[in-house]
This record gives sequence, structure tokens and C-alpha cells, in this order.
Amino acid sequence: MSGAVRTGSPGEVLLKVDRLSKSFGGIQAVKDVSFTLNEGEIVGLIGPNGAGKTTLVNLITGVFPASSGSVVYRGDDVTNQRPFQAARRGLARTFQIVQPFPAMTVLENVVAGSLFAGAAGSRAQAEADALSHLEFVGLADLARRPAASLTLPSRKRLELAKSLAMKPKVLLLDEVNAGLNTSEIDQALTLIRAIAARGVTIIIIEHLMKVVLSLSQRILVLHHGELISSGDPQSVVNDPKVIEAYLGSKFAARQKQLAGAAP
Amino acid sequence: MKTRLPYILFALWVLALASTPWVASNYIVKIATFLAMYGAIALSWNFIGGFTGYPSFATAAFVGLGSYSGALLQNAGVSGALLPLAWLGGAAVVALFAAIIGLIILRMKGHYFAIGSIAIVEVLSQLASSWSSLTGGGEGLNVKFLAGGPDFIGRVFLYTMIVIMLLAFVATVLVDKGKLGFGLRCIQQNEDAADMVGIDTTRYKIYAFVLSAVFCGAVGAAYSSWVAYISPTDSFSILLTLKAPVMVLLGGPGTVFGPVVGSALFVLMEETIWAKFLDYNQGVLGLVIVVLIFFLPGGLLRLRWRKGSA
Repeated sequence: MSGAVRTGSPGEVLLKVDRLSKSFGGIQAVKDVSFTLNEGEIVGLIGPNGAGKTTLVNLITGVFPASSGSVVYRGDDVTNQRPFQAARRGLARTFQIVQPFPAMTVLENVVAGSLFAGAAGSRAQAEADALSHLEFVGLADLARRPAASLTLPSRKRLELAKSLAMKPKVLLLDEVNAGLNTSEIDQALTLIRAIAARGVTIIIIEHLMKVVLSLSQRILVLHHGELISSGDPQSVVNDPKVIEAYLGSKFAARQKQLAGAAP
Repeated sequence: MKTRLPYILFALWVLALASTPWVASNYIVKIATFLAMYGAIALSWNFIGGFTGYPSFATAAFVGLGSYSGALLQNAGVSGALLPLAWLGGAAVVALFAAIIGLIILRMKGHYFAIGSIAIVEVLSQLASSWSSLTGGGEGLNVKFLAGGPDFIGRVFLYTMIVIMLLAFVATVLVDKGKLGFGLRCIQQNEDAADMVGIDTTRYKIYAFVLSAVFCGAVGAAYSSWVAYISPTDSFSILLTLKAPVMVLLGGPGTVFGPVVGSALFVLMEETIWAKFLDYNQGVLGLVIVVLIFFLPGGLLRLRWRKGSA
């Protein structure tokens, strides 16, 4: 399988974000955020609506220039890179609001990823790659259909296939589960785990705590643009600042109950 | 087999145009020359307006700049047997101009880009009428007539325009089949997503803009030798800038043959119907645009497959 499997020592620092800030006029959307991402990790990024999660992803992938701070990827300073450069370097992302090429076929959408960022040598090779990725996400049957005809869950899968075709080392998933029902979420979870098993490092923005807790090895919490907590899932959900800003006392009480019930 | 048919029809069309000097009057030869010329212009516009989806109204700027560059080169001595060099020079000046201007105005999208591109026409037109020492100002510029008599001159420019159209056509086929065309279509569909999958959108848009300019520059330079007199209003004509997108929309934007079909239909319509409605021809142009937008959003060539896929 022409996979996204990368060799590299697990635990090696892939991405280092240092005091990254972004303000839009008077609004400070992201403020002095620092964290590192290690090879092979799945890191959850949570926080209330408007906390700056998507802005942070946009800064890392070069959609907006940063106001200050730096992004270092595999030892290179990539602050203020352009999105296409991020894509070619192996930093792929999905959008909260899916962004297909609507009039193109599902296959062509994925071919774009492997042709322009996945370094496919030829159109034929790009198509072969794209088909294998479509098979992986379960869309192979719909390959010849226009992307605009897909349902929402399928469009989310298409986003995944497109970003996998880019052969990413880091995949930033922006609310891939938003708008999906329970069984669709379970399928998506299986898919994300399978992607991680191929050696892709993942940052996942997610509101469903069930999903975040079951996937993440580490969680970052943003509130008003600031990183208010980070660490392993248990210590983050028990952090009073996180409970106050995002999770709420009800959630905390239920977590305690669950923890108490467990032997 | 099916995919070869349009190419065969196109080849027959080019042969028909090329044979006019032997079978038809000078009037028909002139129309054939216009057919080839507008074919080249429509194919040019298709790169930026069709493949890339950027509604450019800069066509007249490219044709006009090509005319003036070509005319100035000819008056500086690049004439006679060297004439094709003057045309190439005109095309090169326009290509360079488009690359530089593109870097600036391709940052704008949609209506903003459209208005920005039309401003280029206006600025160049003003420049041509004000810079009298170089361009002759509002009085225009005379270019030496080609020797050899009307029949010979008619043939020279017919074949020149056909060659330019063929070059634009070959470029279209190559772009359509290649990585560039695929990337441009991605940009047309969703520019942000195109950027995200690794397409250097700025560079690709500049390529498309230069392609949309270079053949127009060649057409303009050759046109200046053909008519032997150019003026700012004639060279930087807003009507020309509007005709290019109308022709392509008529045939089918983003297709290989749409621009050829659309420009041919348009020129023939202009010659046959409009000549009979001297007073109302602008009104007919408006009507054509309205009908296009309402009934044929994808152009004539898209009609068939739209029905097929529905």
C-alpha cells in the first residue's frame, strides 16, 4: 500500500509552536501559545467556541500570517509559510466546513492531493494512489461521482482521503465529526485510529469529549486564545480551570463518579 | 473515436479558412482573417476566464499594447523580412507586462479582479493618448504598408492569424491535458482548497494570465501591420474586451473547442445579422449576453453532456 507510513524515531519533536499570537484588529484570537508535537502522537485540541482553535490551525498551516511567535517544523522555521508550502512539507489539514472541488469527481479531488502535495510522478500514478486512499476511507464505489453529490459523512471522508493523498506527516483534523450521528462517529473514529496506525501524527480539534478522551494521548485546552491547560487526558479533565472554562461542573462530577466506580 | 471527431472538425475548419484566398473574394478572406484572429483571442481568454475562473477584461490592454509595441518596433526598423520578429517582440512585451501586472491584480478575486483588469485597459489607453512623443498621442501611429498588393497582403495576414490561432490552440490542448490545467481547474473550483492541496496558486494564476496575454500581444502586433494605422481608441477598445468573454461563454468556458466555436459563431453573427441592424447592433450584443446568462451558463458545448449526466 502506498501509505503515509513514515520512518522516523517515535517521540522525535515534529512541530514546535513558540509563543504564537494572532490579533485581528483589536481582537486577540491566539495569544502566546506554545506547545510541541512529537512524532506518532495524537493530540486533542479543545476549548469553547471562539477559543481560537481553528485560528491556531490556520496559523500553523499558513492561512493567516502570525502576528508574533514562531512555528518550527522538523527543525525548519516555517512561520508564515504559504498553505501550499505547508501541504508540500507534509502538514495537511481538513476543514471544519468541508472544501471539495464540487464539480470534479471524487477521484479527481483526491488526485489533486497526490499530484500537487503527495509528489506523485505522473497522473496515472496519482490516480492509482488516489484510488487506494478512497478504498481506505470506504469511498471507492463513489470515485466517479461528482464531489457535490456526496452526503455530509461522505464529504468528510473525502476530506480525509484528500489529505491522506498528500502523504502527510502531521494531519490537523478540524471537527471531522461535527454533524455526524453516533454510528458515523464510530466509523470516523476507527478511520482516525487506522490513520494514526500508519504513522501519521494527528492534532484533532473536537467538541465531543468522548471522542477526544478515547483518541488523545495528550490534550491542549484553549480559552480566549490562551493555552490554559495541557497534559494527559485525566489531569486535563480534572483541571479546575478547564472545568470552569469549558467542561462545566456537571461533566466533572460525572467523570469523578465514573472514576470512583472503576475498581 | 468520439474524442477524435472534434479535432478532425477543427482541422477541417482551419483548412477551410486557409483555402479562402483560392476560392473566395477578398471580402471573405478578410472575414476568415477575423475568424482566426478572434479564435486566437477567445482561446487566450479561456486560459484565465475559462480554466481559472478569473473574469478578465484585460484583453484589449494586451491587444493594444501588442499593437503599439509591434508598431514601434516596425518603425524602428524591424520590418520587411524581419516583420515576424516585430510580432514576436510585441508578444514578448505583452507577456512580460502580464506577468508583472498579474502579480498585482491576481490578488483580487471576482468583481474586484474584473474591475482591476478593466482599469488596465483604461490606463494604457490614456498613456497611449498622452505620451505623444512616443505614441503619436490621439493622432495615432502610422505603420509602413507591406508591399505586394492587396491579394498578397490579405494572404499574409490570413496565414499569420491562423498560425497564431493554431499556437493558442496547441497551448490550450497541452494545458488542458497537463498538470497546469488540472491545477487551474482546482483554483476555479475552490481556490482556498487548491492552496491547501499544495498548488502554488499565485504562480499558476500568473501562468494563466500570461498565456491569456501572449497570443493577444501577437494578434495586436500583426494587426498593426495589417491595418498600417493604430490609434488609442481603436487599439484599446472596451468593446473588444467585452467580446472575448462573450465568445467564450457562447462556446463553453474551460473547454478546448468552446472558444473556437463561440468566436466563429460570434463573428459570423456580427457579419450577417449585425450588418443589417446598423443602429441596433449594441442592443443585439446586450441581448446575446442576457440570453447566454439565462439559458446557457455552460456554453453550447456543455449542452450535450449536461443532458447526459442529468
